[in-house]
Formats: sequence, structure tokens, C-alpha cells
Amino acid sequence: MLRKKQCVAMLLAGGQGSRLYALTSNIAKPAVSFGAKYRIIDFPLSNCINSGIDTVGVLTQYQPLVLNEYVGNGQPWDLDRTFGGVHILSPYEAKTDTSWYKGTANAIYQNIRFMKMYDPEYVLILSGDHIYKMDYDKMLAAHIEAGADCTIACMKVPMKEASRFGILNTNPDGTIYEFEEKPKQPKSDLASMGIYIFTASKLFKYLELDEQDPNSDKDFGKNVLPAMLNAGEKMYSYRFEGYWKDVGTITSLLEANMDLLGTVPNFELRDSDRVIHSRSPLAPPAYVSGEVCNSMIANGCEVEGSVINSVIGTDCVIEKGAVVQDSVLMGKTVVKAGAKVNYAIIDEDVCIGKNAVVGDVKAEACKVEGKTSGITVLGRGITVSDGKKVAAGEIVDKDV
Amino acid sequence: MASTVGVIFTSINDENAAELTKVRSKGSIPYGGRYRLVDFVLSNMVNSGITTVGMLTKNNYQSLMDHLGSGKEWDLARKEGGLILLPPYSDESEILYKNRLEALKGATAFLKKAKEDFVVLADSDAVYKLDYSKVIEEHIAHNADITMVYHEHECGEAPAYILFDTEKDGKVTSIDINAKGKGVRKHYVNVFVARTTYLLNVLQTAIARGLTSFSKDIILPAIKSGKIYGYKLDGYYGNIDSLQAYYKSNMDLLDKNVRQEIFGERDVYTKVNDAPPAKITATAKVTNSLVHDGCLVEGTVENCILFRNVIVGKGTHLKNCIIMSENVIGENCNLTCVVSDKDTSISSGTTLAGCEQKPYFINKGSRI
Repeated sequence: MLRKKQCVAMLLAGGQGSRLYALTSNIAKPAVSFGAKYRIIDFPLSNCINSGIDTVGVLTQYQPLVLNEYVGNGQPWDLDRTFGGVHILSPYEAKTDTSWYKGTANAIYQNIRFMKMYDPEYVLILSGDHIYKMDYDKMLAAHIEAGADCTIACMKVPMKEASRFGILNTNPDGTIYEFEEKPKQPKSDLASMGIYIFTASKLFKYLELDEQDPNSDKDFGKNVLPAMLNAGEKMYSYRFEGYWKDVGTITSLLEANMDLLGTVPNFELRDSDRVIHSRSPLAPPAYVSGEVCNSMIANGCEVEGSVINSVIGTDCVIEKGAVVQDSVLMGKTVVKAGAKVNYAIIDEDVCIGKNAVVGDVKAEACKVEGKTSGITVLGRGITVSDGKKVAAGEIVDKDV
Repeated sequence: MASTVGVIFTSINDENAAELTKVRSKGSIPYGGRYRLVDFVLSNMVNSGITTVGMLTKNNYQSLMDHLGSGKEWDLARKEGGLILLPPYSDESEILYKNRLEALKGATAFLKKAKEDFVVLADSDAVYKLDYSKVIEEHIAHNADITMVYHEHECGEAPAYILFDTEKDGKVTSIDINAKGKGVRKHYVNVFVARTTYLLNVLQTAIARGLTSFSKDIILPAIKSGKIYGYKLDGYYGNIDSLQAYYKSNMDLLDKNVRQEIFGERDVYTKVNDAPPAKITATAKVTNSLVHDGCLVEGTVENCILFRNVIVGKGTHLKNCIIMSENVIGENCNLTCVVSDKDTSISSGTTLAGCEQKPYFINKGSRI
């Protein structure tokens, strides 16, 4: 029997995420915890299944252990399928030309055979470092209706930030006449979200061409998209409206977590139509008996201290007299009696000793200049000894 | 451990917590903020190394089936064995089974097929931690026919209990069925272990002679043989045999020691629903309560168990309440000692109060 999939998604999850410092020492960026019980990759994976796309290749390269274990057979996202489903695609040894993934385009190129197994008409390219909810099916419908060869999702960004993004210059009908990667003087404020739909035959053709070009960086934004445009292929923009955040830096990661708080948050996860699925841990409900204000608390926590404007991940313990404020605790962290955590991101499995002080109150910490703009970062598995002080803006990746 | 198959009665004694079993069987009563009662016995079995479990159902088992699904959450979705539902089986009469022995007759084919040497039979209406492989070890050491698990506690006036006495080594010497015993007694917790072949023989005899009561017709006569033993269950035992007991056992979870014991060492497996983490807003105050993922708390919550996706409006005060999943409680309500079943909505300004001996119960799906 002939079996095929209309659309296959390819999720680029190999990024090192070097601007997250200690948070990505041992894990790939898409596996970084977010919103108390999620990992970043939950968002694109859930978007796929919520958009009717059930075949997803996850391309991994950097520190894939946690990510592989987390994705597993895809069951939490209903992506465990007999035909299709989620597949981890890591670089492999070939008879000739064995190599790591050398750029986004090369990573996809090396997996052309995977895509061809499903004989797709369209290929959706995604990246694993954004927080958003999106219906890719609508974008696909627009791609098909326009008869496009490539459709790029984009959104308006503030003009002064436009030079950080790939910028689309478009005609009134949505067609793209120019694509500029991080332009110094942007002509438009339409930024590419790194989400592309290609007509499969065109994608394969331009990946082959790009592969043969020795001067290419093997990058979609820098090479493949401009090449298609120059060749006169039909390229359309697709406007996305809604919440979307690149969580590639410490400040944006903290901001995105804070965007979940409040009765009417900037980013709403209570949404029965577009549920974000995750590998939910088997923890009992949180026990709460302390001063908790404007915060998010995941299952398995035992909170007897104070938690203010914070996001507390699964299985954290906040002892009596401890205070956590304006911070993100990713999970399985113990904050002992009398300890204070302010304006910080604390990775999993951290122990903060009695009366230790981590960071400084937000108003003061904000004034600290440095890589993290005053946010204190504690890496995975760290122990902070009793009474120890960790200064605002410090990045800690070993016991102190 | 010795190869063992599990059989769970999910619908025995449904009537003694009638409020909670109107729309479901005993085993699927929601408990502890995220679980169903059956999760405890089933997780105990899985954590004891049992990989084949038959679930005897009776009526109203839709909710149970929905909860158990393929059994994957318990690692029981298997090619060999796994979770097997045993709905009522009837070849002669159209009447559903009335007691344990009749129910077990429906499991004969399942037990005949089982390759395992031992069988653990357990009810699904109690909360406890027990490694059944330890019971089987003792069972083998005693060369027993049946090993009955008991819990020692103050028994009061509950008439439906089976109480028994044992010698020092655990040998059962006498049994009181429907006992009105007072004081600290050995209370049979409806868990027993036998060789599979022994149980099948007993069942065959029972069918041939038309016997109906497991305790009166099987266990009582067998005591003379001296091969019936007791096994002591230490630690927490929450027997859900009334609404009041249900209320108390839920509230017991607010004690750290009980939580540690029940949830600490080994996981309790359950069906997973993806809900975002609980949100406690700037207007909320939460003390001594369990709050599950999906809750949105804007009011005051004191000594409560909140299940998944419960919304508590501003100015509302909940005290000593058990609120099951998908409840929406409006603003400025005042609820004390209320047990609210699933999918209920309570409009703003409502005041309801029960007491610990008689909690105010709200039916599933009510609009108040």
C-alpha cells in the first residue's frame, strides 16, 4: 500500500544555546525547562500535534542525552505512531563524507532520505528555541492557496530591534522581494520567526544546490532562502499575530517565564483548544502553606516559605522562612530555611543552604551590568552552602 | 520474586460510599488531588513486580475504563499480560454478581490462562503502601493456603468488618465476620495471597456446590486446616468505606508524614492530564492545602484538597474542603467542610457548610 504524509515537520534542535551559559552546559537548548513543568521543545511539538502534523524529525547534535530521553517515543504528545510519529535524527556515519551537521540547511540536507520515506508534498522547518502557540495548518493552507514554493512565518517587531532578526521586505500581496539576514539598516519591521514551509520538491532541489556550493554557510537564512529568491521562486510571507518569544538569552528566558503570571497573563497556558503537552512527572499535588503571591507552582512542591512573583518547577521544596522572589526555579530544587533567592534562574537539582543569599532584590540587581543584566544563574546540580552569598548577576556552574 | 498475577475488585462494596459511587465504581473515586482509589492498589502491584493484572468490574465502569485506558501509565500496556479488564461474565443467569465469590467466578478463565504461580487479590477502596512480594515470601515460608493481610487498629462499631485473631507466628485461629468488635483488633483489609492452583480448586468447588460467600464458605471452614495465615500491614491504612472516611483520609494527606509514606519512596502511578502549573495570584492566600496543576486560586484556601483545574474566585473562602477537578467557584463564596464532586460550578456569593462528621456533598456536574 502506498503510504504518505502531506506534511512532515523537521525541528532543528541541535543548537548549543551558548547565551544561556550554565543552563546549557550539559543539555541542548530545546531541553531547557520552562514554565515550571515544560521544556522549550514542548511548544513546537505540541503545536505540531495541535496542527494535525504527526510526523516530526527532531535534529539533535549538541548534548542530546536529556533531550533524547525527554522526547522518547513521543507518547506525551501523541506522537507515538506506527507510521510517522517523532524521530530523533542525530548525525550519522556514512560511507563517505561523515560529518556533523554544518548549519541548518546541511542538517536538513543530511536527512533528505528520512523525509522521502513519507513522500511529503510539503516540509515544515521549525526551530526548538521559541515559546509560542501557532496553528501550522493555517499557514500550510495559505501556502497551498498561494501556490507558493516557500512560505516564511513572520511577525512585526519594534523597529529598533529589527536588526537582530532576518527581515522580510514584502509586496502588498505578501510576496517577498528581499530577504535580509540581520540588516544594519532594516527597511521593514517584519521579522522571520524561523518557521518555513517548503514545497518538498523545491526544498530538496535547493538543498542539493546549496550543498554543492563550497562558499555557502549551509544556512537557511543566509544561503538557501536568498538563492530561491534570486532564482525567482514564489516566496510568501505569512503574518503571525500572537505571543512569540525567542528564549535564547537569560533575560528573555526570565521574561518569558514572568509572562505566564497573573490572572490575565501575556501568555496564557490555560487553553483547552491548544493544550501544551509535556512529559508530566508523577508527582502528587503541591502542598502549599506559606505566603505565596502572584506565582506559579507545579505539582510535587512543598512550599512553606514565601514565594513572590516566581515560577516554581516540579518537586521543589521551599522551607519555612525561605523567600523566593522574582525568580524561576526549574525543578527539584531545595531552598532551605532562611535562604533568600532574588531575581535568579535556578536550574534543576539545586540545593540552596540555610540562610544563603542568592542574588539581590530586583530593583538593585537591575543596575548590575554584565552578561545577564543582574540576573543570577545557578547551573544544574549545584549546592550553595549554608550562609553563602552569591552576588547579583553571577553565573555559577559549580558548588559554592 | 515469585511469579504473581494480580486480581483487583473494583466494584465491591460500592454502596457504602453511595454519594461518591453514583456515577462510578469504587475504584474510580477521585482521591488526594490527582488520583483514583484504584491507583494505590494498582501501583502497589506494579511496584511489587506484578505485570499481569485482571480488573473485575461490575456496573458503571465507564469512568474506570476511561481512567485506566491501555494501562500504559502503569507500564501495563504489554504484549504479554498487562492490564486486563474483566467485565461481569454470565452464562446462566442475567443477574450481576452479588458478592466476591461470584465475582471471582468471572475471573476463572483469566486465572486458568495465567502462567503465574501465585495470585494476589485485592480491593480497590483503600489507600496504603504494601510490597506484595513480601506477603508472598511469608506465604511460602509458612507453606500457607491463604495469607490474609490485616491492619491493627481501633475498630469501633463498624459491622461490616472481618476481624481475626492469630497466633504469634501469624496463624489465624478465629475469624469474626460482620464483627462488632471493640478495641484494637486485626482488621482484614481485603487483600489475600494464594497459589493460583489453590484458588482455582477453591473456585471449582464453589461452583460445583453453589457456594456464594468467600469468607463464610471458603475461609471459615479452612481455618481448621491451620494453613490460613495473617500478614501485618504496617503504616498508614485509609479505608474508604463511607463519605466520612473518604473525607478523613483525604485530610490525612495534609500531614507531612502521611504524604511522605504514601508518595515518598515509590511512585503512585495515575492517568496524566496535561494541565499548566497551578497559579496563585496576588489576591490569594493558601495555607495547609494541596493544590494540583491547572488550579487558579484568587481567594483564600485553608486546609483544602484542590484537584486539577479548580478555579477559586476573589474574596472566596474555602475551609476544610475537598474540591474535585474542573470545579469553578465564583467570587465571595464561603464553603466549609464541603466535598464537591467533579465538573461543578458554584455561583458567586454562595455559602455552604457541613461538618467533619457529615461533610456537605455536591453531586457531579451540579450548578449551584
